[in-house]
Amino acid sequence: MDKKLKIAVVGLGKMGLSHYALVNAHPDTETIACDASSFMVDVLSKNTSAKIYTDYDTLLSNETLDAVVIATPSRAHGPMVRAALEKGLHVFCEKPFCLDWEEGQELAELAQSKGLINQVGYHYRYVGAFQELHRILSSGALGTVTHVLAEAYGPVVLRPKRQTWRTRKSEGGGCLFDYAAHPINLLNWCFGLPDLVSGSAMNSVFSTDVDDEVFSTLRWNDGPTAQLSVNWCDESHRKMSTKISVIGTNGRVNADRQECQLYLRQQVDALPEYEAGWTVRYTTELTDEVWFYLRGEEYSAQLDAFISAIRDGAPEATENDFHSATETDRTMAMIIRNNETGVSVGEPPKPRTSEPAKRSWFRRAGA
Amino acid sequence: MDKLLFGDNQFFGINHMSEEKARAQAMRFQKTDAIMDVLDIAYDTGVRTFMCTTHDRISEIADRVRANPNRYADFTFYPCMPYAHKYANAVTEHGMIGALRQFMPEDGLFSTALAGGKALATKDVDGMAKLLIDMEMKMFAGLKTPVIFVQNVFTDLLLGMGFTRALRIFHDHIREKHGAEPAYITMNMPMLLEALESEGIKRPIICSNINKIGFRMSGGYDAYLDALKSGRVRAIAMSVYASGAIPAEEAIEWIAGLPGVEALVFGASSAGNIRHTKQLVDHYMGEAA
Repeated sequence: MDKKLKIAVVGLGKMGLSHYALVNAHPDTETIACDASSFMVDVLSKNTSAKIYTDYDTLLSNETLDAVVIATPSRAHGPMVRAALEKGLHVFCEKPFCLDWEEGQELAELAQSKGLINQVGYHYRYVGAFQELHRILSSGALGTVTHVLAEAYGPVVLRPKRQTWRTRKSEGGGCLFDYAAHPINLLNWCFGLPDLVSGSAMNSVFSTDVDDEVFSTLRWNDGPTAQLSVNWCDESHRKMSTKISVIGTNGRVNADRQECQLYLRQQVDALPEYEAGWTVRYTTELTDEVWFYLRGEEYSAQLDAFISAIRDGAPEATENDFHSATETDRTMAMIIRNNETGVSVGEPPKPRTSEPAKRSWFRRAGA
Repeated sequence: MDKLLFGDNQFFGINHMSEEKARAQAMRFQKTDAIMDVLDIAYDTGVRTFMCTTHDRISEIADRVRANPNRYADFTFYPCMPYAHKYANAVTEHGMIGALRQFMPEDGLFSTALAGGKALATKDVDGMAKLLIDMEMKMFAGLKTPVIFVQNVFTDLLLGMGFTRALRIFHDHIREKHGAEPAYITMNMPMLLEALESEGIKRPIICSNINKIGFRMSGGYDAYLDALKSGRVRAIAMSVYASGAIPAEEAIEWIAGLPGVEALVFGASSAGNIRHTKQLVDHYMGEAA
């Protein structure tokens, strides 16, 4: 290509640094950093050739950018994304997208009306095993899916006394936004927005201001019931571990970051490569190579998709656009309300149709 | 450098194929005795270099080896630092500066500066990096550590950010203070090699995935082979079986035919696998010293 895309990575925390490294290493980009913390700015400016801003507004007014990658604390996402869109910039934003889902919806519409690529960092949709899970469900191979378990566990908060934005409710901290957002987003990918949310509990274990564990029951009309179980105070896991288990009338599928295990009662035409009984496929065999590897192919792949969409003038992001991320924000809002009021949120379920609905429950592309 | 190095992923529940297997391994190697049993088998088979992360539990292994100098006369450690999750979890828990403070001596100069939120001068970054390296090396005091690695998440983060000066700081400090050979683990070998050369580091020891099917060889299979053939890198191959996709004999025979590969690192938990791998390496790569 003739000209490199000029992309600013805003917010150099844990995810921001990783995004900065990946964007900076991408062959098609020129990268600028922006962070309000004097420490990071100082270290980077003295040790790298990076161009760095400490103020977002100054960055937007001084630089002619193509895109921004927003990795600031969640509460800041909305206004920063809006400012970038109004400038006509393509936007990649970290998850969760917006703490207020209606704001997310407005931003999705704004981005769409301006024809800008918009994407949110739900990287699990770029993990080979979860892509395989999605493909299996889309094929209808499991028959009528009725039963789903969505889990995530990991060792983030292991004792009282912490003081970062992730532990402040007002900043968008807590286990629901940080951890549960991922399995919820995978459920939205496969089944759409739930019709009814009940039985939610958001408990604190060690934290004083935020939830450390989340439970909920999500129901889809003419679709499955899913139980969500998430806890970020679990030291038995070395790092975050997310798992989706699905049972249908023709079998079961379990997927995590490493592998996708499918049990089929009967082989189906839609998936000729899977025989009856168990078949295990590993992320390692399901994943394409990336231009630069840091912590996992999915992080590179999602940014490459964003950069390629801009470079190639694609009409929209291939995955995780603002609309789809808003579905997850909205599901989380339902869980919060259900937890606060004790009253189920959404429509009461209709009686299940007896006819095996192969794809009727399944979310159609772009729906 | 020995031709065959013993890795430590299997001891700490790291398995790139399956979380169930990872958990089973974490259970099996819960007690240091269980790890030591496997290390003893490797050692007695002639695999005498243990390439290990600076995980807290490695200090227990170091204590055992230190306590039995006769039994472990040739036992060699290749430390890989830092243990990234220790830092990543600390950043999530305490924020960037809070995490750094966690790993600094409590009443030291840097700790005081960080507490005041003071911006750090270039020299301070150098000093802080050296201090962190020395802290990570403490557990190996009095043991053989002729080669010391930067762990891949860290190498690649610095590489991506363009902060390769940090790798130069590491290089100089490892040579000057620890009298050892600096080395680097990466998932992006061709790009790292160029970056190290531009920092004035010639013929670096680089450990990266090298396997017949190009699995996780970021930057491309051909770029890896070109780098190896150029003689500019002293390579250590990891993931030679590509997470089980290539049969052991085929994998090692292929590696043995490559120029520039001085050693390979592998992980195993059973005596059979350790002996089999050792035999294959002896056969195809010549007697491991």
